[in-house]
Amino acid sequence: MVGLAAGVAAAQAQAPATAPTPLQAHLTGPIPPLVKYEIVGNTTIPQPLTERPGDPVRGRRVVTDASNSTCLICHEVPTLEEFPNQGKIAPSLEGLGSRYTAAELRLRLVNPKLLVPDTMMPAYYRTEALTRVQRQYVGRTIYSAQDIEDAIAFLMTIR
Amino acid sequence: MKALLALLALVLATAVTAPAHAQGWPLERYTVEDRNSGYFYLGRQTRLLQDDDFQNPGMFAVDQGAALWRRVDGTQGRSCQTCHQNAADVMKGVATRYPAYDAKSGGIINLELLINRERVEKMGAAPFAYESPELLALTAYVSHQSRGMAKNIDISGPAAPFFEQGKEFWNTRRGQIDISCAMCHDDRAGMLLRGDVISQGQTNGHPMYRLIWQSISSTHRMFEWCNTSMRAEPYPLGSPEYLALELYVAWRGRGLPVETPSVRK
Repeated sequence: MVGLAAGVAAAQAQAPATAPTPLQAHLTGPIPPLVKYEIVGNTTIPQPLTERPGDPVRGRRVVTDASNSTCLICHEVPTLEEFPNQGKIAPSLEGLGSRYTAAELRLRLVNPKLLVPDTMMPAYYRTEALTRVQRQYVGRTIYSAQDIEDAIAFLMTIR
Repeated sequence: MKALLALLALVLATAVTAPAHAQGWPLERYTVEDRNSGYFYLGRQTRLLQDDDFQNPGMFAVDQGAALWRRVDGTQGRSCQTCHQNAADVMKGVATRYPAYDAKSGGIINLELLINRERVEKMGAAPFAYESPELLALTAYVSHQSRGMAKNIDISGPAAPFFEQGKEFWNTRRGQIDISCAMCHDDRAGMLLRGDVISQGQTNGHPMYRLIWQSISSTHRMFEWCNTSMRAEPYPLGSPEYLALELYVAWRGRGLPVETPSVRK
């Protein structure tokens, strides 16, 4: 038993280097059930995916999480100037909150391919119609439902 | 004032003079038509590291490969050199033609697997593990003998279906992130992905020394890394899927010079 306890302690001591941040709990724990959503007018998802309203502060952490497909890999976000080396392969998100409604952003995050089938942008809340997903990600979305709502709350502050 | 100018001129002259042993091909050599070697997308520091054989960390693998070339191993009491003699003569140009269709196996074979087959069949030695330092070293050494020669991949006849298979792999969106090789390396080469410039994904410098891994690395390891970066299930190194992809990618870089050992980020 002492050996086991020592092993657990050693594992915990190593944990900070590899353990996912709390933001990514949906990528490692039990697979959360997929929240159903309704598309209205082909361009919007008006109803939030969660009861809890989007939190722009957590949303800021969600969209800048470098180890989980951050927007900044591809997009520039001028209001996130403390993050260097922003990507330039997709349109700038400057003024995003003035250009779109939350309902429009929700569809674009959940599955932008419904609007632009050949877009390179990943669908952040989709599990089907994908090819050869790595075993540990099968059945999992890139963002949790709460991540989507929090991300939208943050993105709407970019004006 | 004159002395100061003279000193300035001296400093400038020293700064722009390359070391005598640097390879330093002109930049135009890294481009053939619309095809750019990964070298083209590197910063100055990394280019200099590759250019100088005394600093290029991939040269350690080449040197190790030279020693392995001469080392007797297996039940037949032979080394590579026993049959092939001087690698600088007989291996010159070989890497420009691989991967290639192989009638014996009825599939695609690359340099790594060819070296291993020779070890088993001609030397009576055990094959090296795919990404082992030994197999990488021998592959790097053999490839290095073709440095400067143009890649010339045969995709005709029996190679054609494998070429198509590799091309389809390249163009298929994969993984949870749902992005194909082509979306970045065909459509967006030269653009900034976060802080990095996207290259065309050319393999003419392989095996390469990859700085983030701090090791000499095979093409298949890079495929595996790209796949898992897209959160896609990788294929085993040396698998038929990766061999077909390697054939397609090598053909994509036709005419580019063999640079082994290249240095990449």
